[in-house]
Amino acid sequence: MLGGLYALFAMGLALMFGVMRLVNIAHGDCIVLAAFVAIGLALALPGAGPALLLAMVLPLMFAAGYVLQRGVLNRTLGKDILPPLLVTFGFSVILQNVLLEIFSADPRSLSAGGLESLSFALPGGIAVGWLPLVTFVAALALALALELLFARTRLGRAFRATSDDPEAAQLQGIDHRHVYALATALAFAVITVAGIFLALRTTVAPSDGPAYLLYAFEAVIIGGLGSFWGTLAGGLVLGVAQAIGFRLDPGWGILVGHLAFLVMLMLRPQGLFPRTRD
Amino acid sequence: MRTRLALAFALLAAAATMPWWVDSGTLRLFVEFACLLALAQMWNLLAGYGGMVSVGQQGYLGIGAYALLVLSDMAGFNPFLCVPLAGVIAALVAIPTSQAVFRLQGGYFAIGTWVVAESFRLIAANASAVGGGSGTSLIAMREFPRATREAITFWIALAVAAASIAALYWLLRSRHGLALTALRDSERAAASQGVDVGATKFWVYLIAAFGCGAVGALYFLMNLRISPDAAFGVNWTAFVIFIVVIGGIGTLEGPIIGTLVFFALRETLAGFGTWYLIALGALAVAVMVWFPRGLWGYVAARFDLHLFPIRRRL
Repeated sequence: MLGGLYALFAMGLALMFGVMRLVNIAHGDCIVLAAFVAIGLALALPGAGPALLLAMVLPLMFAAGYVLQRGVLNRTLGKDILPPLLVTFGFSVILQNVLLEIFSADPRSLSAGGLESLSFALPGGIAVGWLPLVTFVAALALALALELLFARTRLGRAFRATSDDPEAAQLQGIDHRHVYALATALAFAVITVAGIFLALRTTVAPSDGPAYLLYAFEAVIIGGLGSFWGTLAGGLVLGVAQAIGFRLDPGWGILVGHLAFLVMLMLRPQGLFPRTRD
Repeated sequence: MRTRLALAFALLAAAATMPWWVDSGTLRLFVEFACLLALAQMWNLLAGYGGMVSVGQQGYLGIGAYALLVLSDMAGFNPFLCVPLAGVIAALVAIPTSQAVFRLQGGYFAIGTWVVAESFRLIAANASAVGGGSGTSLIAMREFPRATREAITFWIALAVAAASIAALYWLLRSRHGLALTALRDSERAAASQGVDVGATKFWVYLIAAFGCGAVGALYFLMNLRISPDAAFGVNWTAFVIFIVVIGGIGTLEGPIIGTLVFFALRETLAGFGTWYLIALGALAVAVMVWFPRGLWGYVAARFDLHLFPIRRRL
C-alpha cells in the first residue's frame, strides 16, 4: 500500500519529463515543500482538516509551478541537457536549506483527525488501513484523470503536440512557453496531493527530499515512460519491494527497493509498460 | 610551453615546503581545498567533456574511504599507500556499475547514478564490521606522530590536486581529448567520424571513479573518522557541481576559480549556518541562467586568456 504514495510521487516527475523532457532534480524537495506549506497552514489554522488544507495549498503550488517554469526553467530548455539539471539541482539545495532555516530539522506531520490509525479487516484476517486505502484510491484516480486529460482534452493535445515537436506545435498556434508552464503547474498540483498524503502518513523533515526524488524516479523507470498507468504500476512494484525488504531486516528495506530498480534496469530497461521511445 | 611547465614546477616546489612554515589548521584547509579541486576536475571531465551529468560521484568517494579503512585497519597496508589503491578499487566497482547506469540518458542518468551511490551508502551503513550507520575511526594512523601524518597527507593532497589538473590537461591535448570534445558537442557526429562513443564514455567514467576514490581515501586520512553519511553524502557532489558551474564548465581553469569562490563564501558566511549553501546554490543558478559558461568562460571570452591552452588555434 506504500506503492500508492510512491505512484503519487512519481506522477509529477513523469508529467514534467513527458511534456518537456525536463528532469526536475528538486522534485522530492517540492513534495517536502508542499507538505511544509500545509503543515505551516495547519499551525496557523488549527481547525482545518486535510481536505481544506489541500484546497488552500493546491492553487499556491499551481501558481508557483507556473511562475517557476515561465520565469526560470523555460530559459534553460534546449538541446543541451545540462542547464535544466543544474538549475533544478541548485533549487533542490536552496529549498532544503531554506526549509531548514524556517522549520528547523525537526520532523513534523499533519493530523488526519484519527483516520491514520483506523483500519478495517478483510476476510482472511488482513487489516487494511483507511489512510493507505484512500492514498491508493487517490493515486488511481489521478492516473485516470491524467490519462484522460492527455488523451481527450484540448490541453492534453497541446501537451502531446509540444512534446513531439515544439516547433511544429508553434506553427499550429500553440505557445510552447505557456504550455510548458501549464505542465509544470499541473505537476506541482500533483506534487501537492503527494506532499499532503505524505505528511498525513509519516513525519517529514527538510532533508528528506532527495529520498523521495529517488523513489519517484525508480517508480517512473520501473513503470516505463509515457504512461501514467505504468507509473502507477512502477510505484506499486517499488512499494512491494521495499515492504519485503523491511520484513527481512529494518535496515534493508530501502536498499532492496534500490536493488529491485537496478535489477529491473538490467533486465528490462524500457520498463514494464513503455509507450514512448526516445 | 616550457616556461609554463617550469613555472608550474617552481610553484609546486614552493608549495611543498608549506608544512614547515604554516600551522596545522591551514594545512587542513589546504587538504580540503585539494580534495574539492580534484573532485571538481573529475566531475568537469565527466560532465563538461564526457557529457555525463552524474550526481553519484560521492558513491566512489565513499568506496575510496571505506577501501582505506579496510586495507589499512584490517589488512595492515600502509595508509598513505592506500590512496592510489582506493582509486583502483573505486574504478573496479565502476565497471559493473557503468553497465547499469549507461542504460539511462541525460537527466535520468543523473538520478540513476545517485541511486547507485545511495545503495553503496546503505550497504556500508548495514555492514557492522566497518561500524554500521555511526561509522568508525581510522586506527592505523596512530603509529605516526601528528606532524609527520599531517605533512605526508598534505604532500599527497598537493600531488593529487596537481595530478588531476596535469592528467586532464594531458588527456585533453591528446588524441582522446579531441574525441572527447567532439563527443561533448555531438555524439552522433563524433561517432560518424570514427570515435568509439561507448568505449570513450566508459573510460572517462572509470577515470572519474578512480579520481573520486583516491580523494575519498585522502580526505579521511586527514579526517580520521569515517561514517556512511560523511563518506557517501550527496553534499560532496553538490559542492562540486556548484564549483564547476560557477567557475566555468568545460574549462580546466574554471574548477580552480570555482573552488576559490567556494572557500571564500564558506569562510565568510561560516557564522550563518546553512546560508552559505543557499548563497552558493543561488549563485550557481544565476550563473547557469545568465552566464552559462561560468566566470572563467566569461573572462576567457572577453580577454582571450587561456592558462591551460587545450584548443587548437585556427
